[in-house]
Amino acid sequence: MPTNVKQTSGQPLEARKEAIVSLSAGLDALETNVAPQRSLRKRVLKALAPLAAVAVVLIVWQVATALQLAPVWVLPTPLMVWNSLVDQANQGILFASAFNSLRKGVQGFAISLVIATPIGIALGLNSALRGIARPLLTGLQQLPSVAWVPAAIIWFGLSDVTIFAVVLLGAVPSIANGLISGIDQIPPLYLRAGKVLGARGFSSIRHIVIPAAWPGYLAGLEQGWAFAWRSLMAAELIAISPALGPGLGQMLDTGRQLGDMSLVLGSIIVIMIVGVLIERLVFSPVRQRTLKNRGLVVGR
Amino acid sequence: MTQAPAVSIKHLSKQYATNGPIIIDDLNLEVRAGEFVSLVGASGCGKSTLLNILSGLDNATTGTVEMAEQSTLMFQESALLPWLTAGKNIELALKLSGFPKDGRKARAQELLELVHLPNAYTQRPHELSGGMRQRVAIARALSQGRKVLLMDEPFAALDAITRDLLHDELIRIWEETGLTVIFVTHNVREAVRLGQRVILMSSKPGRIIQEWDVDFNEPRRIDEANVASLAHEITDRLRNEIRRHAN
Repeated sequence: MPTNVKQTSGQPLEARKEAIVSLSAGLDALETNVAPQRSLRKRVLKALAPLAAVAVVLIVWQVATALQLAPVWVLPTPLMVWNSLVDQANQGILFASAFNSLRKGVQGFAISLVIATPIGIALGLNSALRGIARPLLTGLQQLPSVAWVPAAIIWFGLSDVTIFAVVLLGAVPSIANGLISGIDQIPPLYLRAGKVLGARGFSSIRHIVIPAAWPGYLAGLEQGWAFAWRSLMAAELIAISPALGPGLGQMLDTGRQLGDMSLVLGSIIVIMIVGVLIERLVFSPVRQRTLKNRGLVVGR
Repeated sequence: MTQAPAVSIKHLSKQYATNGPIIIDDLNLEVRAGEFVSLVGASGCGKSTLLNILSGLDNATTGTVEMAEQSTLMFQESALLPWLTAGKNIELALKLSGFPKDGRKARAQELLELVHLPNAYTQRPHELSGGMRQRVAIARALSQGRKVLLMDEPFAALDAITRDLLHDELIRIWEETGLTVIFVTHNVREAVRLGQRVILMSSKPGRIIQEWDVDFNEPRRIDEANVASLAHEITDRLRNEIRRHAN
């Protein structure tokens, strides 16, 4: 049989290597495109665009009140709502409420994350387990978690436990379901590549499954946060006790009790602003970076 | 020349279901350490299945596979993990092969230089061309330190210019590293361009029907007369085999 010694004649290895290097470099240069950077002006304009919608709403609102379409105790002017919020801020209620609610929301979300992630991984990887448990999970996700408030009050009384229980029941199913969908959408090639590289068991979950499922997982996290925040507001609105400390839900309920429409609208706006800020400052940058890193978005 | 074979396959058969079609039928093959073997065949010859079995992703139904050394597998697509940079892809492979943490970054850079991509460390897979991705995949496979490289049509999705270049590159790396390579392809000329031995498989079921020793000197070129004429002979044999399935 011939053996592997047929490398003797022709160009020497070094010269061939040189030829390959220069050819490679030329080809790589031809095949690499540098994406143009968007101008600063365009980026600033894009970031400010949503403010246009806010301005339109404010103008329509102002015009409606100027035309006196409804009495001011039904539809207060934007300025009245603003003054009401300034008043709350001066009394030290506004920021304490917003901060306290946000803290509970973030804590509840963090606990949900810790509970939902192992559930999502287990159900994502084990189809038998999923057959048993996913309908229940989806049922929980469909059920508005505010429906749990009465039960939670009976079980846990008017305490933070009640609030967290409701937040968890809102967020956990969304996060777990998102992770399961993410795992379902992993291209089989990555799992095979992981095996070839020697990823087994926990190292496969850590280095292959979770990063590969990340886009779906992230969508679940965003939805989970939205559910956590809504559930928290609903719980704060219903479960009212001095033991719970201040909160945006309580602030809203105070407005209702006093018949103070300015405070009611002001509270609603603050609740919305907190939600938008979390999305803009936390989730949106992470999502953008994920898409960009993976080449899933073309400079739009 | 009585060296122990790197890969020894004896009476290997594969059937996915007991009454299903036979994918591979009584296949026998020995590959010497350091040898470059090309495996060609039409669709349904079980080439990919064979590589899956050799790499441990799949099991044989009957027969034995003895590997003197551990192997790694490269796919038609680079299978680089899109959430990691080129450098980190290699570092992950190093980590999973138990390479000490301290030296990983330097080793990854060294391997990128071996495939002539010294500036690719921080680049994401989607920022690289198809040929560059396959070169990173080669570097990643080499990082595992396995002695047997299994390649499943790794250049099939590349344009012809890039493919020719990667042939030269792969041969150079093979000569430098002394790896054993089993290279599966549909492309007969590619098989002759690269292999020291070309093995032709039949389809449905997959069997070895003929083999040729290729003793042309390196550097070979795919458009050389001797490569073309051997490829011609092998293609004729392959076509006869395919015609058999017409009825």
